[in-house]
Amino acid sequence: MNRILAACAGGAFVLGLAQAALSGTALVGTALADDLTIGLASEPSALDPHYHNLTPNNAAWQHIFDGLISQDAKQRLQPGLAVAWKPLDATTWEFDLRKGVTFHDGTPFDAEDVIYTIRRIPNVANSPSSFTIYTKSIASMEAKDPYTLIIKTEAPRPLLPTELSNLAIISKETCEGASGGDWPKTEDFNSGTLAVGTGPYKFAEFVKGDRLVLTRNDDYWGGKPTWDKVTFKPISSDGPRVAALLSGDVDVIDNPPTQDLPRLKADKNINVYSGLSNRVIYLHMDQFADDTPGVQGTNGRNPFKDKRVREAVSKAIDRKAIVEKIMGGVAVAAEQLLPKGMFGADPALEVEAYDPAGARKLLAEAGYPDGFKLVLGTPNDRYINDEKVAQAVAQFLTRVGIQTTVDASTKSVFFKRRNSYEFSMYLAGWGSGTGEMSSPLRALVATPDKEKGYGGTNRGRYSNPAVDAKIDEALQTLDDAGREKLLQEASDLVIKDYGILPLHYEVTSWATRKGLAYEPRTDQYTSAMSVTQAQ
Amino acid sequence: MLVYLIRRLGQSALVLVVMAVLVFIGIYAIGNPVDVLISPEADLAEQQATIARLGLDRPLWEQLWLFLVNAVQGDLGRSFVHGVPALRLILERLPATLELALVALVVALSVGVFLGLWAGLKPDALLGRSIMTGSILGFSLPNFWLGLMLILVFAVLLQWLPAGGRGETVDLLGIRTSLFTLDGLSHLLLPAITLALYKTSLVIRLARAGTREVVLQDYVKFARAKGLSPSRVIYVHVLKNIMIPVVTVVGLELGSMIAFAVVTETVFAWPGIGKLLIDSIVNLDRPVVVAYLMMTVFIFILINLAVDLLYSLLDPRVRLSEAGA
Repeated sequence: MNRILAACAGGAFVLGLAQAALSGTALVGTALADDLTIGLASEPSALDPHYHNLTPNNAAWQHIFDGLISQDAKQRLQPGLAVAWKPLDATTWEFDLRKGVTFHDGTPFDAEDVIYTIRRIPNVANSPSSFTIYTKSIASMEAKDPYTLIIKTEAPRPLLPTELSNLAIISKETCEGASGGDWPKTEDFNSGTLAVGTGPYKFAEFVKGDRLVLTRNDDYWGGKPTWDKVTFKPISSDGPRVAALLSGDVDVIDNPPTQDLPRLKADKNINVYSGLSNRVIYLHMDQFADDTPGVQGTNGRNPFKDKRVREAVSKAIDRKAIVEKIMGGVAVAAEQLLPKGMFGADPALEVEAYDPAGARKLLAEAGYPDGFKLVLGTPNDRYINDEKVAQAVAQFLTRVGIQTTVDASTKSVFFKRRNSYEFSMYLAGWGSGTGEMSSPLRALVATPDKEKGYGGTNRGRYSNPAVDAKIDEALQTLDDAGREKLLQEASDLVIKDYGILPLHYEVTSWATRKGLAYEPRTDQYTSAMSVTQAQ
Repeated sequence: MLVYLIRRLGQSALVLVVMAVLVFIGIYAIGNPVDVLISPEADLAEQQATIARLGLDRPLWEQLWLFLVNAVQGDLGRSFVHGVPALRLILERLPATLELALVALVVALSVGVFLGLWAGLKPDALLGRSIMTGSILGFSLPNFWLGLMLILVFAVLLQWLPAGGRGETVDLLGIRTSLFTLDGLSHLLLPAITLALYKTSLVIRLARAGTREVVLQDYVKFARAKGLSPSRVIYVHVLKNIMIPVVTVVGLELGSMIAFAVVTETVFAWPGIGKLLIDSIVNLDRPVVVAYLMMTVFIFILINLAVDLLYSLLDPRVRLSEAGA
């Protein structure tokens, strides 16, 4: 089956060729000027904004609902249904709410709706991936008056505003008791009955696997939205998605396949927009087990416990070549876990220079002059060109003496094997949902600790008390400037210790028909709010 | 007849149980659904809560036993991703696949029998030979390639038909169908042709072989000698007799068209059960995959039964009690 799907993807190439040959023919857009149709690579699993914490779902609810706080295209916090917020003391926050906002069904918005929303989060039945990770720090909530909300946290929680930006506010008046039981049911959101928010577009129709149709909310508090009607169509195969754009069935597609990008760019009827994402592709190394499973020829020693070996691996990889040759220029070589310019990224760090001679020298110093044998694990359908990147890394490592073979598998199998520590080195990616540095640091390099929620994806089991201490301190610091500095220092510590090896930041692309413009988002959301008529 | 039916149903039940166990154990061996489902931001406590809620912390035999007990009561489990009963999810998507398979079947039968009959009656004529050569092409072209080529020609270059998706639907007796709107039919045409091509070639071959055999039979000669018009000889005596192998094979193929329209549905983004299956496999939505395969087995059993019953109507020489022995 995989092979067939891959062949479908390959077909896109053929389509691109034919289109290039015909670039003289004008494209006939089927949609009216103010209607927009978007072809999605993956569709939301529900319209209940609290059901599944997943990129397609979160991108979809932003149309119908609003958060208390919103994230702009660069994931900086902006006022949403709250116009201002500030900490009163270490564990108390005050939110000033927007006045005069109504839900699509006419019910007014006030602090009770926010409290109701946050209380519902843990009560969503059958949620595959719950939003409780954003609410569990909250100890109590109180409406001082209808437009002033006080939230107390159990411990200092500087990330509270960021976390709240992930929650869609629903109407208490509409939802309470609407589904019979105590809490509204997911089905009633999917059917549209409760898909009632304050957002720029209103629910019109949702047929799973087929379409999601929205219409303009003329009373939107943020100004009149651009489009009369927005239709999302899930087209998961790459080739057919490109074909749908070329044939004028859809106006915008997300994730056009990298091999088709040059041809799409050459087509004067198509515009391509690309933007840096918050996702870093990295190599993680087993720095815990003495007898690590994927290494041979070291007399039972685990070479990655030696910093010199980790540094050698980093120096052996030509990141710029990977970006240019394999990613087709649609990626940016990475020096840390989040691109510079985002909150907590250290501006002083530089991309590791390609230095195979230095790598060989370091390996010899560490006692491996003849290198060793290594198996590199990677998924082959999760990140852009993931397996090809792993193959390139394997060749770079083999050149300096670490004879590397790639073990690629489908994502569901890969993640299971990775999580049971079957790899001595693996390639994976991390998108920072919060848009700031504490997310990758906590997940990827902090010492695993269930109580603190650290190290959930630290499957190399890297552990550095100095890094942990910096993260601890940052997560207690309410002052933004102070916290940013601590996060930068923590990032610096990890990178200079070669605890994890960043390769590149993914760049996300969207393709539109002529006459449209798309503003790329670092969170990779595909959104009608990002599409405008080009001038 | 009744004894035959009961025996067949008993065999079918056994097949269903064996299938259920095999599929359940098979999918258990692949990956861990939680790794795919849960947000990577979730901490360890959250991950473990989800594992426990989905019942994935229990041993395999216990999960299997629970599944079988519930399945007997008609509950095939709840989708991990969508949170609704797997069977309901499949039934929601089924009309889209059925209408696609139905249109493909009509295309395959009408075009296939007509061309096959023609080729069988005039095997040495140029047209007869071209039909046979053409059918080889129909066998050999891969489904996804044909689909992409149709999209390329009719959607991208000529822009006559849409590239994919399902068109406008109307409610008919509570079932959403796109068979009665122009937009719906225009969306249906390319995927139906893609799905029908292989079957058409199959029907052409069967019909041609059948015709060549039947026209030499005594009863055809007798009908001619009796002075019946050539069209009556062909459309009544010949056609009826070549339909037996055609019905058998097409019956079996209908099952495979419904169950394995996967590739066509993927290429044309057709929101049927085939696309649901692919999405569910990718997301490791185990209950949906198992329910899907159970339903597929069920459909095959039903169709085979119906084909056996149809034989007896078409050919009085076939007796069901013998077929069962």
